[in-house]
Amino acid sequence: MQRVVTLYRSTVGKKVLMALSGIVLFGFVLVHMIGNLKILQGMNDEGVYAMDAYGEFLRDVGYPLVPHEGVLWITRLILLAAVLTHIVMAVQLSRRSGAARSRSYEKKESLSFSYASRTMRFGGVILALFIVYHILHFTTGQAHPQFEHGAVFRNYVLAFQNPLVFVVYLAAQIALCFHLYHGVWSVFQTLGANHPKYNHLRRPFAVGYALVVFVGFMTPPVLVLTGVIGL
Amino acid sequence: MRLTLHVWRQATPRDAGRFETFDAPDVSEHMSFLELLDVINERITENGGEPIAFEHDCREGICGSCGMVINGRPHGPQDLTTACQLHMRQFRDGQEVWIEPWRAEAFPVIKDLVVDRSAFDRIIQSGGYISVRTGSAPDGNAVPVPKVFADEAFDAATCIGCGACVAACPNASAMLFTSAKVAHLGLLPQGQTERWDRVLGMVETHDEEGFGNCTNHGACENACPKGISVDYIARLNRDLVKATLRARPVGAKDA
Repeated sequence: MQRVVTLYRSTVGKKVLMALSGIVLFGFVLVHMIGNLKILQGMNDEGVYAMDAYGEFLRDVGYPLVPHEGVLWITRLILLAAVLTHIVMAVQLSRRSGAARSRSYEKKESLSFSYASRTMRFGGVILALFIVYHILHFTTGQAHPQFEHGAVFRNYVLAFQNPLVFVVYLAAQIALCFHLYHGVWSVFQTLGANHPKYNHLRRPFAVGYALVVFVGFMTPPVLVLTGVIGL
Repeated sequence: MRLTLHVWRQATPRDAGRFETFDAPDVSEHMSFLELLDVINERITENGGEPIAFEHDCREGICGSCGMVINGRPHGPQDLTTACQLHMRQFRDGQEVWIEPWRAEAFPVIKDLVVDRSAFDRIIQSGGYISVRTGSAPDGNAVPVPKVFADEAFDAATCIGCGACVAACPNASAMLFTSAKVAHLGLLPQGQTERWDRVLGMVETHDEEGFGNCTNHGACENACPKGISVDYIARLNRDLVKATLRARPVGAKDA
């Protein structure tokens, strides 16, 4: 136990927590993206939108073994814990690094591997603000003028018919894409999951993951904005 | 060729420091970068000034003494090259050259371009050793080492401790240095006895010395005159987690 505390206090231990909470979050992002593709299925045979049926399913996963919305709330708590861990570790580590160099160079050439790594902190702030807006927009409805509880498909389509909303989501997805690219690659590095035989696959995997999530999230809004999908 | 040099001058550790500009009218392209500074220093001395202080020793790229940030890049524009092995043909006529010391709280400036790198020594002291039987020399090849591990350990051991990784890192982290030191002993059979204590001790000292944390930028690998890979950092991370999880309570026995 003593050593676990020591690990937590070290910069490497905090990085490991960044990586573990990051895995939870990018796993969530992928599942969320797959769920959103239900928008493409429109209405099913029973006259219910596939997206709305999926929303109901999320509330009742595991019922009657667990109460209504049981799995949903457990998941929400895990995600909240992951987001908080991710943010708290990022703030602690950024402060440390800020204190490690008080005077910067007069001339600076960036030697980093990627643009994405240099924008992690900035991108992280954008994503945190976006998550708050996104929950107010589609979960609780305060930021959605025509919000109707449970009518997921309708709320979605009405929202993305507004070009301004589309642009906000596009900007957030670009930030997410960069964040995922460096984050996914970093998980391998931070957890030491590397091996000469597979190392060359880490970058392509991170690029692929980020692009799949980007394309998956942005396809339905583009179709709504262009009028292919409507009410 | 003619160059304009902007050199960081700082008389004492407490001095605020400032850039001083020097005109270098007749620079030979065959000079090394340190020879350029020698020529400038001769002129300063003849005029009764204080020469630019910089560290140097072997001037053949193996001791790790010289180190300065040249135009925003540790050891200057050429890959896999220390400042002493950098030649002026890498610059062009009329160029402005900015010369600064390593910038990190853990490397306080002593004078001009000279920084105190004792923090690296303390990281080594907290784990950079192995237990061996002293006395008569052991038989050669008595301990077999797989070729790939011998090569990997050797690559890590090429670290000359110059500090370019810290200078290049946006976080002023010394993880590349620390990981190279952890790996070059940890990959070999002789280094197994202290393997887990080594990584715990070195990372603890790394943090205590005030270096920043690694965020996987990779700038260190690109700046390293020996081309040491960030894969060693991944190895250090893995060893540190293992050391934590495997730690046995004091006095615990299997049987």
